[in-house]
Amino acid sequence: MVRVIVDGTPVEVAAGSSALQACEAAGKEIPRFCYHERLSVAGNCRMCLVEVVRAPKPVASCGFPVSDGMEIRTDTETVRRARRAVMEFLLINHPLDCPICDQGGECDLQDQAYGYGSGISRYHEEKRAVTNKDLGPLVKTVMTRCIQCTRCVRFCTEVAGTPELGGISRGENLEISTYVEKALTSELSGNLIDICPVGALTSKPGAFQARPWEMKKADSIDVTDALGTNTVVQVRGGEVKRIVPRVNDEVNEEWLSDKGRFSVDGLKRRRLDRPWVRVHGKRQAVSWQDAFVAIAKRLEGVPGNRIGAIAGDLCDAESLTALRDLMESLGSANLDCRQDGAAYDLSDRSRYTFASGVTGIDEADALLIIGAAPRHDAPVLNARIRKRYLSLGRGKFPIGVIGPQPSDTTWSYEALGEGPDVLASLYDGSHPFCEALRTAEKPMIILGHGALVREDSLAIQAAVRHIAETTGVVKDGWNGLNILHTAASRVAALDLGFVPGQGGRSMRGMLSSGVDVLWLLGADEFPVGGISPETFVIYQGSHGDAAAARADVILPGAAWTEKDGTYVNTEGRVQQAFRAVFPPGEAREDWRIIRAFSEVIDHRLPFDTAEELRARMARINPVFVGGAPASVSQPPFAGSETIMTDRPFRLSRQSYYLTNPVSRASETMAECARVYSVPAAIAAE
Amino acid sequence: MLSDKDRMFTNLYGQHDWRLAGARARGDWDGTAEIIAKGRDAIVSEMKASGLRGRGGAGFPTGVKWSFMPKGDGPLPHYLVINGDESEPGTCKDREILRHEPHKLIESALIASFAMGAHAAYIYIRGEFYNEARHLQYAIDEAYEAGLIGRNAAGSGWDFDFYIHRGAGAYICGEETALIESLEGKKGQPRMKPPFPAGCGLYGCPTTVNNVESIASASTILRRGAAWFSGLGRPNNAGTKLMAISGHVNTPCVFEEELGVPLRDIIEIHGGGVRGGWDNLLAVIPGGCSVPLLPKSVCETVLMDYDSLRENKTSLGTACMIVMDKSTDIIQAIARFSQFYKHESCGQCTPCREGTGWLMRVMKRMVEGRAEIEEIDMLEQVTRQIEGHTICALGDAAAWPVQGLIRHFRPVMEQRIRDYKARLGGAGTVQVPHGVPVAAE
Repeated sequence: MVRVIVDGTPVEVAAGSSALQACEAAGKEIPRFCYHERLSVAGNCRMCLVEVVRAPKPVASCGFPVSDGMEIRTDTETVRRARRAVMEFLLINHPLDCPICDQGGECDLQDQAYGYGSGISRYHEEKRAVTNKDLGPLVKTVMTRCIQCTRCVRFCTEVAGTPELGGISRGENLEISTYVEKALTSELSGNLIDICPVGALTSKPGAFQARPWEMKKADSIDVTDALGTNTVVQVRGGEVKRIVPRVNDEVNEEWLSDKGRFSVDGLKRRRLDRPWVRVHGKRQAVSWQDAFVAIAKRLEGVPGNRIGAIAGDLCDAESLTALRDLMESLGSANLDCRQDGAAYDLSDRSRYTFASGVTGIDEADALLIIGAAPRHDAPVLNARIRKRYLSLGRGKFPIGVIGPQPSDTTWSYEALGEGPDVLASLYDGSHPFCEALRTAEKPMIILGHGALVREDSLAIQAAVRHIAETTGVVKDGWNGLNILHTAASRVAALDLGFVPGQGGRSMRGMLSSGVDVLWLLGADEFPVGGISPETFVIYQGSHGDAAAARADVILPGAAWTEKDGTYVNTEGRVQQAFRAVFPPGEAREDWRIIRAFSEVIDHRLPFDTAEELRARMARINPVFVGGAPASVSQPPFAGSETIMTDRPFRLSRQSYYLTNPVSRASETMAECARVYSVPAAIAAE
Repeated sequence: MLSDKDRMFTNLYGQHDWRLAGARARGDWDGTAEIIAKGRDAIVSEMKASGLRGRGGAGFPTGVKWSFMPKGDGPLPHYLVINGDESEPGTCKDREILRHEPHKLIESALIASFAMGAHAAYIYIRGEFYNEARHLQYAIDEAYEAGLIGRNAAGSGWDFDFYIHRGAGAYICGEETALIESLEGKKGQPRMKPPFPAGCGLYGCPTTVNNVESIASASTILRRGAAWFSGLGRPNNAGTKLMAISGHVNTPCVFEEELGVPLRDIIEIHGGGVRGGWDNLLAVIPGGCSVPLLPKSVCETVLMDYDSLRENKTSLGTACMIVMDKSTDIIQAIARFSQFYKHESCGQCTPCREGTGWLMRVMKRMVEGRAEIEEIDMLEQVTRQIEGHTICALGDAAAWPVQGLIRHFRPVMEQRIRDYKARLGGAGTVQVPHGVPVAAE
């Protein structure tokens, strides 16, 4: 610790801190544009100038290291004059078009001009204008507003790992550009909008939609991937206008993936806003009562083992609990949340979650990725891998990849092979990469769904567990064997035991006449065409996607922004999202639909309020109230004794932007999928 | 006045052979191994004792700079980087060393590298110096062949390699950290200091960046002794320095001279006098274009060295003076410099990026007189807002010439404005050419 005096107040800060951090520790607010806690220091805006006693001129506090006994003055005439000078320089070529700027109201330049700006302009020369750049369908540019802080350049280079932005020309002709005009290829490009301190980079789909101060805000959780990014849903006039990340250092730091941010317009399109029942092959709009009666009639006389339920990827834990209990009361063990057909080792919670936690990545020093594409599966988590990769330095973070060899990783890796055959040599310890894992202090394995959605999945998991145990990935005080989920609802569903019970059928078993009545809770990602024509299908969900088209009864549910919901992310973190808007039309919160229906068939579920429901969830699995996880007793899956095949791991061919019903309904995401379709993949099709 | 026996650069004009044989005849590479045998500390303390100050412009003592390099064998290699990016307008002294005294530079680089524990030296040569780079490369090849550099350089037991890197024409790459960035293959933009290059320089390793002339002086100083060098010049302004004189003199030239000689004598003797006689002198910019100018009245008495010029609110800079006689439009001359700095600003930090363009535009109006008298004060304030607030010294360099102009030639500027108003009958507002959009007041 170093003792520094800031404006007469002594503070203790860690050695190696910057003067700016010392000032913040002393409670002094230092204005800044280019400095950002999660990016490297550029020191180019010069707004954070402070006086250091015995320094000949003001210093940029963001990049000035503290030393013991240093005396910093943040509030002298020199400092104020320096900051006013910088502010004047920033404004002379700024268009001052605040009334038509989307950044207005949350603009650092505006805010700080309030404190340091001059009332009059002394600059009477011609202003600089800069041509706008087309950065693709997500980020809109008004480059004349740019103050060349280079935060975006550093974000792309450091965090996103796609060094596509840079500065061209010099002096006052300096422009931020992609050199050759192209769309940004990062799945994190939306964060550029957040980190841009001015209105140079704003949201293209959200342009001119709303002003920040008009928004009502609700804390939420991103459900477009399994990371559980903390978000704020912003609403104006009953319409979700935008979703922005919330800081949570243990999950998403302050980043949000593009899918989670820009799927917003999908919340308004293709919505199921009233119940429908198919009568004589033709779908008819009906009342809730009629829809429930139609289902109840169909259920009459159907034995429990001929009824099944499949849960989708975006479900909240509340609706999963309600449906699970409903099925239980109907005597059905046919439950499945694994639309993709993945198999998990459910003997212990750490075996189906990201056991080391997301922050475990910050400690890992070797990584083996099996059948996963982190950049596709969870872009924000991928950014954390890159952060670790950069902080350890060249060659210090060996990464091995088994499975399809991605060409767009943001870290360099060693390609170990395409399929399970490599696991054999890792199994007996003869593979050179075993050495990398063994010598590492905290080695990590990330097992993705490319390895889990196979018939031999359990055999693979057993082999990987053996590898983990022999190479120190799992040892006392460290469990680095991680499952990377792709569905936001999956871990919660597994925690709740939303899997086939004793004698129950799995997702595949329920298709092709396995059941007579099939209840789909937002499930669209399984082969819908495989449902037998005789099966009576109830689709409960928010969007008219593949399964709704097949359904005999449609029960309109709520999207995640329209209900209070509990979500469990890939590392098993239980998080709460809050309702931002009401569901459209007749649509209702999902658990209430199920609860209401249970009454119609005289199987009244024993909870009337969300609190009672959550108490029920906690009884099923105490993790929902922060307790120790209950073990989900589980009969062995069919096929668990299978041996590994040599078939290479395959990753999802789905476009990153179109992985769930909401993003498929979004025009923005459709445009992204069109722009970012990988030419190589098309050629391979 | 410097006597011939005290000259360091005896082939400054290239009358003699610049190759190895000629250089040896002039004393280069003589007993290099013995100098190195004195040891690292002895060399550095000798350099400190000589009082040599950096010849690139800032005037930081060279020996002290060398002593900042970490002692002992750390995990990282050390580097010597020689700044041959001589792009300062009016300055062409390093060029003469590169083309006519390349061996003096290579030998000195070897000694300096040894003194700072570096096994490699890079020289960053201005891209336009094509023939100079060829001469130097030829000399390097000769030195390798003769065993003077390379493994066991000159029999000293020290391994030493010398590499040329040619710049691509950016003035800012003459700033030491921008030069390092450029050398690393990046865009030439200055780095924040601290960390200083001695701690974290080229490729993150301890590095010293020295001007060509500073380095090239080292071998002669060490051969003839610190006492000899510090005996020349004035206290704290020791030794000889390459100077140049350009502009309105009868014989513009580059020459070696003792520090502390009166400016007037230099102009009279080396420059052959001001065109049209001393009384025709208007002003002198004493070192490159980055320093405030001196009016004739000051030129009468000022001495050419670091401290004397500092007392007169200017600086020695590169000691390459630009002499202007009374035919000069002094406002236009300084406006041209403002244009230069606007063009060469790297654009990284705000005051310089935005301020240099502002200065240039106002200065261009000042040339015509299309301005208000109050704007002279505003212009002065803008220069003060740039000065000292930037990452590197380019902002200062852009501000100083304008400050010098306002300090010494304010009446000329005011007269220009009044003349313009009288000619065009301007009222109280700024005159703008037809069709130019004007920001609202």
